[in-house]
Amino acid sequence: MALDTVSHAASTPDQKMPWKELGLKVEEYKRIQEILKRRPTGAELAMYSVMWSEHCSYKSSKVHLKQFGEKAVKSDALLVGIGENAGVVDIGQNYAVTFKIESHNHPSFVEPYQGAATGVGGIVRDILTMGARPIAVMDPLRFGPADAPDTRRVLPGIVAGVGGYGNCLGLPNIGGEVVFDETYAGNPLVNALCVGVMKHEDIKLATAHGVGNLVVLFGAKTGGDGIGGVSVLASETFATGKAAKRPSVQVGDPFAEKVLIECSLEIFAADLVVGIQDLGGAGLSCATSELASAGSGGMAIQLEKVPLRDPSLSPEEILMSESQERMCAIIEPSKLDHFMRICRKWDVTATVIGQVTDGDHLHITFNGELIVDVPPRTVAHDGPVYERPMAKPDYFKTLKPAEVPLPTDPQEIKAAFLKLISSPNIADKSWVTDQYDRYVQGNSVLTQPEDSGMIRIDEKTNLGVAVSTDANARWSYLNPYDGVKLALLESCRNIATTGAKPLAVTNCLNFGSPEDPGVMWQFAETVRGLADICLEMGLPITGGNVSFYNQTGSVAILPTPVIGVLGVIQDVTKRTKSAFNADGLEIYQLGATDFNWSGSEWAYLHGQMGDSAPTPDVAGQVRLINLLLEGQSIFESAHDLSDGGFAAAITEAMLPRSIGATISSPPGYESLLLFVETPGRVLITIDPKNADVLNALVTKFDIPIFKLGTTGGDSLKVNEMTISLAELRTAHTETLPKLFG
Amino acid sequence: MRIGVVTFPGSLDDSSALRAVRLAGGTPVPLFHASDDLKEVQAVVLPGGFSYGDYLRCGAISRFAPIMSSIITAAEHGFPVLGICNGFQILCESHLLPGALTRNQNLHFVCTDQALTVENTNTPWTSEYSKGDRIVIPIKNGEGSFQASNETLAELEAEGRIVLRYAGKNPNGSKNDIAGISNAKGNVVGVMPHPEQAIESLTGPSTDGLKFFTSALHSLVGR
Repeated sequence: MALDTVSHAASTPDQKMPWKELGLKVEEYKRIQEILKRRPTGAELAMYSVMWSEHCSYKSSKVHLKQFGEKAVKSDALLVGIGENAGVVDIGQNYAVTFKIESHNHPSFVEPYQGAATGVGGIVRDILTMGARPIAVMDPLRFGPADAPDTRRVLPGIVAGVGGYGNCLGLPNIGGEVVFDETYAGNPLVNALCVGVMKHEDIKLATAHGVGNLVVLFGAKTGGDGIGGVSVLASETFATGKAAKRPSVQVGDPFAEKVLIECSLEIFAADLVVGIQDLGGAGLSCATSELASAGSGGMAIQLEKVPLRDPSLSPEEILMSESQERMCAIIEPSKLDHFMRICRKWDVTATVIGQVTDGDHLHITFNGELIVDVPPRTVAHDGPVYERPMAKPDYFKTLKPAEVPLPTDPQEIKAAFLKLISSPNIADKSWVTDQYDRYVQGNSVLTQPEDSGMIRIDEKTNLGVAVSTDANARWSYLNPYDGVKLALLESCRNIATTGAKPLAVTNCLNFGSPEDPGVMWQFAETVRGLADICLEMGLPITGGNVSFYNQTGSVAILPTPVIGVLGVIQDVTKRTKSAFNADGLEIYQLGATDFNWSGSEWAYLHGQMGDSAPTPDVAGQVRLINLLLEGQSIFESAHDLSDGGFAAAITEAMLPRSIGATISSPPGYESLLLFVETPGRVLITIDPKNADVLNALVTKFDIPIFKLGTTGGDSLKVNEMTISLAELRTAHTETLPKLFG
Repeated sequence: MRIGVVTFPGSLDDSSALRAVRLAGGTPVPLFHASDDLKEVQAVVLPGGFSYGDYLRCGAISRFAPIMSSIITAAEHGFPVLGICNGFQILCESHLLPGALTRNQNLHFVCTDQALTVENTNTPWTSEYSKGDRIVIPIKNGEGSFQASNETLAELEAEGRIVLRYAGKNPNGSKNDIAGISNAKGNVVGVMPHPEQAIESLTGPSTDGLKFFTSALHSLVGR
């Protein structure tokens, strides 16, 4: 086929172009013609179609996301904000930390192992691109019912993919979530978070400036994998009867990424780059147009110089390929030799593919013929913006209060307790997390199942960071505005229970189709809630990711905003763990319990959703967090009460060191105490000698406190009920191995 | 005392091994696979990781690295070498140690705090332990199942060359519960568990791994 050059396009205005097949709407195609004042070439069309896809352009979410700017928290800690590859925060001692979470949901359904693996690979490159050494990953995952046949296909593949890639990169996996719900059948969620650290002066940005500077592509060669992955996979609902989309999923090579990390860090240390961008979704189309538009705009690329794995690729395919493990750097010509020397040391292929030019157009030639001539900003940033119709969904009209059985007989309470802690959502997740390396790099202070993951940053000063991810999709379903607030507050509590101070927020907003007004309403309410709670808490949002079209047919997933909070701890040796560490400690609950069963696991096990999310008490939560931080030195253990309530929390606190507990409850209220999930509560233990200090703290911060019992023994006793730790261990740990082998 | 740690492309626990040498009181010396220069180290650690991605048999490519020819020659003359995880696999591929590490019985990567029994304290890497010590050190690998012919196993057992054995449940199907072995002279030791990740109670399940490194330092003093 003859090359579709710019001059050819200008002389053949009526040639039919496959804009529809590439996922563009008719009005979007018209806009491209208006921008270019002619029809686009095939290569230009490829670039616009991937860059204007929902995944890259945020066209449905933009109008809402701008609240994050309007309500932005003025924070001295924020060094790089939303818009770069990842936000960067100051944690003191001249260290800067960058962290971000992204989705790789659709590819992971089609090809679980590779989809999940490349999800990890992509977020790690985003972190690396900022100039940081990646130091940890976390993976919040959501699946259909644990016993559904497709979950048995999807879950083992996704877990192996997360582990296979992350383990090979040498990144400790320090936390995450595994949640099961019917709405994720046919649309699992694979969110991947990465944290990286650097010194302030080492921060790198994605920009191309300096006329005459060189554009260098380095890393893996370009192949045919992932072509159209962005426009086809991430932006369209799965439907039956369509052609297989398997070739659109990228294939990962973690070894290539590992050497790319070491090579890039050595290049950064030698200060050899002006700007840098990784190649992820939309590949070269994205990297060149984003780098150019962040600079003065001018760039010339000679596309035939791109090293190929598959020599038959067309220029359009080279531009759209999402082959993994590639980076694009802008470097001064005088530094090229040094740059190439480092790449040779690590056996990394590096090729000069273009130059920064004056002017404001991105020119791409193929064997000397001009095939792209566009203002890069129109590709990277001026995509369509939609104000999608919104309407509160009809399901609100049919919500009913949860009516759950509340056993009072000791034998019935025991049966209920065992049923809850062995349910797939509450059961021990070691089957998953034991497939991840949590030790590598030797700085993992806390890892799953602790409330947050914690990493030592400096061996001399013991400075560290903690990261937690949380979502409660059922509460978001019942009230998306309050639901996301509750998720953020929970994440902050999970940071504070370990002794770290919440510092910054990232997010991954997983929703159904934006073309459904009900989903769009859920999304808008979530964004409004997140912007408000961050302002109320004084926490900056450093970046985020939106994943739409998570639905099967007309059934959308539960709205699932996953919130990641980063905290800082001055001395990691002072951290608090969630497990009981001695006999004879006093057990307390901080925070009050109420009677709302909506969205709880106990209600879910009885097929009920309930009718209303709890109302967040933000001021009270701030006081609770401050209490946890001020009182840290007296807590022998601290554990947030969340999914599965007190029953789940005390099980997780007792089993690691096999230390039982004796709990007394007001008679008749055992089920409420054990199973309800009222947010904003923490289970703590202290040495009895510190009781006065604790009482002074709760008075100072005005936090309700309940003394529940003492640690010790080899069983859990609650009033007349007794469960041996052996029985508990079996119930809690056998569920996942039985299901997944 | 200078102890070298080799970085191959894809090594992951090299930084932890260097830290372990330092915390044990030695001078850690980074070595690079592409050079045959041992930089006057008195012992060497081949760290864990996925050298060359483990795309071919684990360790099969790394054994041909220039640094390995120096190490193999030195090892034949009694130079102390410790291979951890991927390092153990490289030692088997180099024929400094017998047998092979194959995929775990359950086919999964397994990361867990593993109970072990120290069986042989007559090596420069285990001299500070007592025979029969129960220790807990993390394992983290996908291909940790030790396999060898019956003759080789009998020879290893008869000569007391089993260095570490899994205690309790065998995590990967290793023959004779073998977690680590030595060569006939005892100077070359390969272990699947990661002693360099059990050095500090802050970051590891125990400090039981430290004696691998203090043993080496003390045996070197005596040489």
